[in-house]
Amino acid sequence: MTATTTPRLRRAAAPRLDTRADRPVRRSPGLTIAMTLFLVYSLVPLAWLVINATKTQPGLLDSFGLWFADDFALVDNVRQVLTYNDGIFVRWFANTLLYVVLGAGGATVLATFAGYGLAKFDFPGKRAVFAVVLGSIAIPGTALAVPTFLMFSELGLTNTIWAIIIPSLISPFGLYLVWIFAQDSVPTEVLEAARVDGASELRTFLTIALRMMVPGIVTVLLFAVVATWNNYFLPLIMLNDPALFPLTIGLQNWNAQAVGVGSTPIFHLVITGSVLTILPIVVAFLLLQRYWQSGLTAGSVKA
Amino acid sequence: MSVAAAPPPALAETAPRRRTQRSFTGLFFTAPFLAVFAFVFVTPVLYALYLSFFRDRLVGGRSFVGVENYVQVFGDAKFWEGAGRVGLFLAVQVPVMLALALVAALAIDSARLYGTGFFRIAIFLPYAVPGVVAVLMWGFMYGDRFGLAGNINDLLGSQVLAPLTPQWILLAIGNIVTWQFVGYNMLIFYSSLKTIPTELYEAAAIDGAGPLRIVRAIKIPALRGAIVIATIFSIIGSMQLFNEPNILRTIVPNVISTFYTPNMYAYNLSFVGQQVTYAATVAIVMGVITGVIAYVVQLRGQREATR
Repeated sequence: MTATTTPRLRRAAAPRLDTRADRPVRRSPGLTIAMTLFLVYSLVPLAWLVINATKTQPGLLDSFGLWFADDFALVDNVRQVLTYNDGIFVRWFANTLLYVVLGAGGATVLATFAGYGLAKFDFPGKRAVFAVVLGSIAIPGTALAVPTFLMFSELGLTNTIWAIIIPSLISPFGLYLVWIFAQDSVPTEVLEAARVDGASELRTFLTIALRMMVPGIVTVLLFAVVATWNNYFLPLIMLNDPALFPLTIGLQNWNAQAVGVGSTPIFHLVITGSVLTILPIVVAFLLLQRYWQSGLTAGSVKA
Repeated sequence: MSVAAAPPPALAETAPRRRTQRSFTGLFFTAPFLAVFAFVFVTPVLYALYLSFFRDRLVGGRSFVGVENYVQVFGDAKFWEGAGRVGLFLAVQVPVMLALALVAALAIDSARLYGTGFFRIAIFLPYAVPGVVAVLMWGFMYGDRFGLAGNINDLLGSQVLAPLTPQWILLAIGNIVTWQFVGYNMLIFYSSLKTIPTELYEAAAIDGAGPLRIVRAIKIPALRGAIVIATIFSIIGSMQLFNEPNILRTIVPNVISTFYTPNMYAYNLSFVGQQVTYAATVAIVMGVITGVIAYVVQLRGQREATR
């Protein structure tokens, strides 16, 4: 086994996800059991959430948390979530999608162009760009939020969708990842050949380099999507019109509403709404596993 | 791809290679990013700096006060209480989380597990859960009305488990943060382990090194860079602690104050107290402290690497 697989792996330039195949390893039941504790820690809260999304409000209060109540109300809960308050949840969902498509999508486009430009060209001020952008990773995002809010409010941008989308457009970490990835996966020789053939720089980028950078780009996109989908602080300070809320702020408002004195408890809606909020992201991660795992491996090499 | 052998970051490597003549083509690709970056990163920082030298007064409006705001921050008990709390939080939570992540990454990388792929994705999964949902979920489970804590207390007939009380709340927050990010850090370590050349393991095996010795002599040293990066990111995250306590506050307003963390303090100063210039000052001081700590960690990491 060792002899046959090694040469193939040596040649593989990309992250060697299956390097371990050429070492004979005994599987260990002991280690598996120990790690299962870890697994339980990671998954039990999610199981709790899904199980409790099947309960009615009274069922929540008088049944054991990690098992189902007598009545299975998942479908009814979902229907209630989608129709409560004239379907405001659907509105929040659509808002979140809009912020993700424009914000995370835009962030990925900007990071891809800039990362490629930095990796494959030399230009005046490049060192300064490197220092400033990497330095900015260390700036606490929330420290920026207050001044950004003040600035946006003077520009009349608060309480508009732009207040969420524009700040989401910058991902320093995404830029860094594309940069590293472009350096490793796009050979300069290929670009030079294209230039000799008379292709413009933009055309070379769009038709040749872009394709080579796909795993890196998918990784950046996915993490930008998570960051935007899960964004809480920015919309919290920028928006006060419920019609513009993303899911995170909407759910938090429902929760606050349920806690308040003399209010209608709608915990079952908060819980079911949470499940619906998580679902698309989890599915995206599972479906795109192959891409982001190899993208991360490449990025980690020099990190 | 030049694996672990490649020296530090990207910059060192860009220079010697063949490349197009110095031109503005690269700038053309980079300019859109830089323009937005200047607008949403650089301008707010400068604006905050500017604001921090002013103060709003009921009479006379906004006036220049020099470093008065900074002097006030240094004597502000509320600020230091919050800063001390996040300091304690990061001193305990960051090492625990990173140690757990390291153990998980090594176990998954060892290929001794049954169902490696499942472990990897399942432990990572909480990262995909929005912070708000994570806090709501744990907040429910911590509760004694219909949460797991309540269930367990009923079972034991006691009140031992009370995560939402003043004594335990910081630990409860630490648990939520750990749950969310341990898988993410595990993945960073795991990705880094994947880049170790197989030849090293073969050589070690020929020399008769056992698995634990390989971990100590090869894997941990190879992970040093990743550990430094993960530590810095985790420290930055802890210093910014806001979402978890702020959301838990809606459940237990008496346990978590408005200045529980420096970030909550800055937020409440500007959005509840209308003291925007002072809030900007708090944000800057906290940003500087964070930057200094991150820098020190990085320096120590580098020194250890050259040793």
